[in-house]
Amino acid sequence: MTGTLRLALLASTVLAGAASAQDVTLTIESWRNDDLQIWQDTIIPAFEEANPGIKIDFAPTAPAEYNAVLNSKLDAGSAGDLITCRPFDASLDLFKSGKLADLTDLEAMSNFSNVAKSAWQTDDGASTFCVPMASVIHGFMYNKQAFEELGIQPPKTVDEFYAVLDKIKEDGSYIPMAMGTADQWEAATMGYQNIGPTYWKGEQGRQALIDGSQKLTDEGWVEPFRQLARWKDYLGDGFEAQTYPDSQNLFTLGRAAIYPAGSWEIGVFTPQIDGAFEMGAFPPPVPAAGDTCYISDHTDIAMGMNAATEHPEAARTFLNWVGSPEFATLYANSLPGFFSLNSTPVEMQDPLAQEFVSWRESCEPTIRSTYQILSRGTPNLENETWNASANVINGVETPEDAAARLQEGLASWYEPQQQ
Amino acid sequence: MAQRKSFRWHIAVFLAPAVLVYTAIMIVPLIGTLNLSLFNLDEGNRIFVGLRNFATLFGDPRWSGAFWNALANNAWFFLVHMLVQNPVGVMLAALLSSPRLRMAAFYRTAIFIPTILSFVIVGFVWKLILSPIWGIAPGMLDAVGLKSLFAPWLGREGTALTTLALISVWQFVGIPMMLIYAALLSIPDEVIEAAEMDGVTGWSQFWKIKLPLILPSIGIISILTFVGNFNAFDLIYVSQGALAGPNFSTDILGTFLYRTFFGFQLQLGDPHMGATIATAMFGIILVGVCLYLFTIQTRLRRYQF
Repeated sequence: MTGTLRLALLASTVLAGAASAQDVTLTIESWRNDDLQIWQDTIIPAFEEANPGIKIDFAPTAPAEYNAVLNSKLDAGSAGDLITCRPFDASLDLFKSGKLADLTDLEAMSNFSNVAKSAWQTDDGASTFCVPMASVIHGFMYNKQAFEELGIQPPKTVDEFYAVLDKIKEDGSYIPMAMGTADQWEAATMGYQNIGPTYWKGEQGRQALIDGSQKLTDEGWVEPFRQLARWKDYLGDGFEAQTYPDSQNLFTLGRAAIYPAGSWEIGVFTPQIDGAFEMGAFPPPVPAAGDTCYISDHTDIAMGMNAATEHPEAARTFLNWVGSPEFATLYANSLPGFFSLNSTPVEMQDPLAQEFVSWRESCEPTIRSTYQILSRGTPNLENETWNASANVINGVETPEDAAARLQEGLASWYEPQQQ
Repeated sequence: MAQRKSFRWHIAVFLAPAVLVYTAIMIVPLIGTLNLSLFNLDEGNRIFVGLRNFATLFGDPRWSGAFWNALANNAWFFLVHMLVQNPVGVMLAALLSSPRLRMAAFYRTAIFIPTILSFVIVGFVWKLILSPIWGIAPGMLDAVGLKSLFAPWLGREGTALTTLALISVWQFVGIPMMLIYAALLSIPDEVIEAAEMDGVTGWSQFWKIKLPLILPSIGIISILTFVGNFNAFDLIYVSQGALAGPNFSTDILGTFLYRTFFGFQLQLGDPHMGATIATAMFGIILVGVCLYLFTIQTRLRRYQF
């Protein structure tokens, strides 16, 4: 009896194996375990329907462990066929050590601008090794209801911005701006990198810093710190001990009127606010009316191919699809706040996400100034910027001193800045 | 009669498990760390650099600035424990051992409980209590009309480290209390009675009779505090993050080591400099413990009853 059963089981396994032998299964390594359901329910079925014969398995790891797990899997030869790429140096190292395949000649690459690809290129821009998937945009979110109550409009210029903040402060029923300095990260990312591009003229300043023709002590790099120092008066009581989740809660509970934001918050805030008030967004204000506005449109996530994959053809098919407008539409609508980097405009349902992405039309996009090349040495420019931004807001370091300290640290190891 | 003693195998056999386990999980990794600090990467290859990492750590103004800052913060952290935790522990033990105190067992348990809590819980709970936004500290101060005394203590450079040290004291005050309590209980009644016969009572009895008898315990507690504080990491990491803000005012050797060894955010980990810091920490603790063992411990008098 058991003999027959065992035989039957064995036979069915063999048959099932034979039946699926024509199918190629590709495994995706990713840190986006939050998105597992979206991949399984929306993205993968759409691809499999269009490409019979290729099966996709989305296998994410916890974000904090991803880099370490991925590296050891790649070394052991057990990593998946497709690799979700972190921006800049983490992925560049993998490419240099031959773990990621060169995708420069992939057809879908023509769908992306150079800025979009810059996070996954060699320093000279000659080789691209990951297909850009999404970026996040910085700006300010505001509580529409609060603005209506106080009869104020979203500000366009820096002067209007402070006038609005003064008005909210005077009224007293809302905290003008929800931001704290306890985590430091918030001050640097939502503060410095948010308003900074306006002053260092986006890409122009960022590239000039990399080639050494500008210094962090130049006007365009100090002015953002001066602005941050002015923010101090508009933050809530005890902002020095306020953490990132505190700020998020202050805004979603309707206690703060303005929130310096990253677009990824859309997906987090919408269910939390649950219709209690309407959110709006405005881009970083410009110094004078009519000036060009600049936004941080930071390239954050991409996908590359494991150089050791057994199915390079199938993997390239999938990557071409990831680079297509179809994928861009699916992805951007499933995850509002993560914007497609595709040159083809994407139709999005979420009004707030539409607002954020519309700035790409009117403003010049750039990426966070510290991410490419400049954070390779010790002291690490990104981490120093966290500390400096928090210090400046706390008022324990002047903007000029902070900028001078960052410049000195950068020049201590970065050659183009040493002349 | 040249009968040689046969080798006593049972000693080796009984020692073996502890020696093997201790070697495998303590001594080998320790030597590995010390060894790692003598190497560094040069163009991708690991090369022997001798003491050059230490020269960088103490010679380069950035590294040495961060190191001395961490060491000074660590020293202050330790000082707060010595000045607050241990005297309060002794005082609590003295109160608990008083025969007239009711519900002593309850107090003992209540004071000891925080010790068994995880750092993560303690850090998180205190952060919430002291939060200027949701915390109960501002409200409680307001209720007694002292709202003006409240400040975001964990967010100010001047107060953050002391606040964290006091949180740590709150958590661990149970340990000196228990050890001293045990030491106080072990003082024989005859000694106390004899003191009373001689007219030594109350406070002078505590200072002249009990305190000298519990000094060895206080010594042990001090050295445990020293080792614990200079290895501390968790509380700072949980409540202030790896950057030990504001402006590195709460950075201690443990968080400095963590940032260097494992990296942080865009900063990649540097195992060699990390091991160098770990070795320096090991040296500091070793010197501290040796100082105690050879100068203080040997002078402590022991009394046989």
